[in-house]
Amino acid sequence: MPIEDFQPVIGLEVHAQLLTGSKLFCSCATTFGAPPNHHVCPVCLGMPGVLPVLNARVVEFAVRTGLALRCEVRRTSVWARKNYFYPDMPKGYQITQYDQPICEHGVLTIDTPGGERDVRIRRIHMEEDAGKSVHDAHAGASLVDLNRAGVPLLEIVSEPDIRSSEEAAEYLKALRDVVVYLGVNDGNLEEGSFRCDANVSVMPRGSATLGTRVELKNLNSFRFVRLAIDYEIARQVEVLESGGKVQQETRLWDAQRSETRAMRGKEEAHDYRYFPEPDLPPLHLEDALLDRVATSLPELPRPRFRRFVSQYGLPEDTAHVLTGERALADYFEAVALHVKDPKRLANWLQGELLRLLKEENALLSALRFTPAQLGELLGMVEAGTLSASAAKDVFAEMFRTGRAPRDVVAEKGLAQESDVGAVEAVVDQVLAACPKEVAQYQAGKKQVLGFLVGQVMRAMKGKGNPALVNQVLKSRLGE
Amino acid sequence: MSLTDLTLQELSTKLAAREVSAVEATRACLDRIRAVDGQVHAFLRVDEQGALAAAAASDSRRGAGGALSQLEGVPLALKDNLLTEGLETTCASRILGGFIPPYDATVVRLLKDAGAVLLGKTNQDEFAMGSSNETSAFGPCHNPYALDRAPGGSSGGSAAAVAAREAFGALGTDTGGSIRQPAALCNVVGLKPTYGRVSRFGVIAFASSLDQVGPLGRTVADVAALLQFIARHDAQDATSVPATVPDYSAELEAGVAGMRLGLPREYFAGGMDPEVEQAVRDAARAYEQMGATLVEVSLPHTRYALAAYYLIAPAEASSNLARYDGVRYGLRAKGVRGLEELYSRTREEGFGPEVKRRIMLGTYALSAGYYDAYYLKAQKVRTLIRRDFEQALAGVDALLTPTSPVPAFRLGEKVDDPLAMYLMDVFTLPCNLAGLPGLSLPGGFTRAGLPVGLQLLGRPFDEARLLRVARAFEREHPFHARAPQL
Repeated sequence: MPIEDFQPVIGLEVHAQLLTGSKLFCSCATTFGAPPNHHVCPVCLGMPGVLPVLNARVVEFAVRTGLALRCEVRRTSVWARKNYFYPDMPKGYQITQYDQPICEHGVLTIDTPGGERDVRIRRIHMEEDAGKSVHDAHAGASLVDLNRAGVPLLEIVSEPDIRSSEEAAEYLKALRDVVVYLGVNDGNLEEGSFRCDANVSVMPRGSATLGTRVELKNLNSFRFVRLAIDYEIARQVEVLESGGKVQQETRLWDAQRSETRAMRGKEEAHDYRYFPEPDLPPLHLEDALLDRVATSLPELPRPRFRRFVSQYGLPEDTAHVLTGERALADYFEAVALHVKDPKRLANWLQGELLRLLKEENALLSALRFTPAQLGELLGMVEAGTLSASAAKDVFAEMFRTGRAPRDVVAEKGLAQESDVGAVEAVVDQVLAACPKEVAQYQAGKKQVLGFLVGQVMRAMKGKGNPALVNQVLKSRLGE
Repeated sequence: MSLTDLTLQELSTKLAAREVSAVEATRACLDRIRAVDGQVHAFLRVDEQGALAAAAASDSRRGAGGALSQLEGVPLALKDNLLTEGLETTCASRILGGFIPPYDATVVRLLKDAGAVLLGKTNQDEFAMGSSNETSAFGPCHNPYALDRAPGGSSGGSAAAVAAREAFGALGTDTGGSIRQPAALCNVVGLKPTYGRVSRFGVIAFASSLDQVGPLGRTVADVAALLQFIARHDAQDATSVPATVPDYSAELEAGVAGMRLGLPREYFAGGMDPEVEQAVRDAARAYEQMGATLVEVSLPHTRYALAAYYLIAPAEASSNLARYDGVRYGLRAKGVRGLEELYSRTREEGFGPEVKRRIMLGTYALSAGYYDAYYLKAQKVRTLIRRDFEQALAGVDALLTPTSPVPAFRLGEKVDDPLAMYLMDVFTLPCNLAGLPGLSLPGGFTRAGLPVGLQLLGRPFDEARLLRVARAFEREHPFHARAPQL
């Protein structure tokens, strides 16, 4: 059977590091990039006698994410110990949630070539991260850095509803947009604060029996997610086609060689000996907390995108760009209150603003001018008192200095003459001074108009509104 | 009479009256330790310098009129599973040899804050696993009343130190009877508080859902005084309960007239040493004479308690002890190649046979395919046992039972027979499964002169009532006053 006759079945497990200031069970900082073993204390070092104390913020973040993904939130969830030995796991067990996770049965809507599709979320649970082992820094020894040990994670597990590598990437992007919008995660795949494992299997199309699944790890970019899944689908089909059986195993994506390779097989599979964590009572959620989180939930990327299209009349791709980042969407709406033409604003943000931010490597949150001032600038363009090109210069100046647009316009003398009477007076002077050209024009030599416009603009020292000058000239010339 | 024969309360009074200084009291204890601990081996480590410095500081506070509490200047001993900042803490295991904790357990800090003088760390069964103190990696402790016999365990060193007049009181921990059983065998008073009453932060975990710190003293009043300072809600322990702390001494002398005491039928069902049974029945009659009513009650699931306990406790222990891997602190086996060998050799060399046995038991009980049949079922039994106690205690003020089925047994007698050893906890461990408070007090002596303990079990957070009931008996029958001949 050709590969097209096989149906890939994919489920994704995402580990999202939560943006809390302190760790899940102690008050150590979660900041990235500190010297090794700097953000540690007896609790996250797993010293004898220590006990975990739950960081309430983590629970709030989990509930926020669960509600955003339309999950059922358990009023009582249970902590569990997952037992295994590893040098960067100080206690010999990870505190996680097992059979009673905080959130279950959610949905995330994604775009596919065939339109929108819902991918079901199986569960979301909270757990602590492990530290980091460094194997190549020191000859003959591995080094352990426990700064990350105890950092809070959300594990978000989808149902095996995903059917292609493209859908997998779409799902991941949509999920990342949501957690970043919620302010619970920074969405950084490369630094590993948003990590993804994929469970991939294939079965003949039309079959009701799922194939043996393989877990893929080390997928630290959207591109690798697509490449690794495609590689794995092809590999599994090849195994089946040559009469073999797919082994249930964990495989690592090797980005250098663009292939997956076996990490550990089923025969070495761990028995994690899960049991309820006796050091933490079951977690009971109060209605008040759920209500508070529900009412403080921001508008999510997908509904906001739809609203940007319908309310502001923006083209879909523009709406995508603007709603892709919550801060940018917020900024757009803050300025939109001050302008008549949201499309012009959208183009301006997409063009001028994003370009300057990129050039100056600056952040939206650090802009020196207010949304109202940008609105005022665009208002001048709308009223015709400032040309579009002059407006760009003014904007660049505002961007650098934070000065008010009207001050920049006044200082540089960039205001445009849009008073009809004033323009008519100059036009009349110019026509009176150029009878020859007027005659040529009226004889049919229309290109003379350009000369006349130039004369008017010169007389107005370049400040005439070009459209208005054109319009007045033509009407005086009898058109 | 020597200074060390005073009870904690008596010493406290003399310190307050400046008849004795803390330094004198501490030197008296250190002298006594020097004189008798070679035979008893109650201490794994004596912190002579630290104790004398703390005593001197206490004396100067008192001199300046700033005595901190009733415990100001009182020399006490600590079980070696309680973390002491800067002072080696081993849990009587080779795997923690040389481990210097970077912080104090909450109970240790509370005692320091109260001005107490801490003499050192007492012997115990390794990781508190045992009922005779013989699993200690550093040699057993001996019963001060019969040196060839076990002091009980696991807090054998704490009980023996108090009994041998080496300290005025001590802290132990109790997971299945580890305070009460040695208290019974050493003729002292020992209290296991309600689960959640005392912080477990800084207590080296054996079985997290069962462990509880508690005091040992020569008298009921001494134990009440110690409990007063350690019973405290602790935000660092999520299982600690924010219940109000009563004045444990206020009603000590109020007697038992009008109270109802329950005798659980299943605890008298045989297998008990006749002299122990006689002592408990005598005590029951004594209570009746003091105006209490005796009621026979039933705890029908008692016979499943031992089995449930020996699944739950080892299961939790197998996980709690995973951190001793040679990576960060404690023992690291030498000359190992690779990670697997680092783990296996460190744990092979570091843990004793009983600890290994329980790690294996617990690992098995939690394994895929066995979890439901063992761990989960044990938890269901635990619920039934808790319900038994709720029903029985609804109609009575406290339960009266033996603490240990036998008096102190010979060192070496049961050490090769784990099941016989596990049976030593048969009367004490149901209380841990139910999370209830339990107290053991001196109930007399056998003809051979071995102490017998009485156990009182009460409702959650009803320690004050247990102390009151215990004190009523102690006042009429001061067995505690009979010191060991050392």
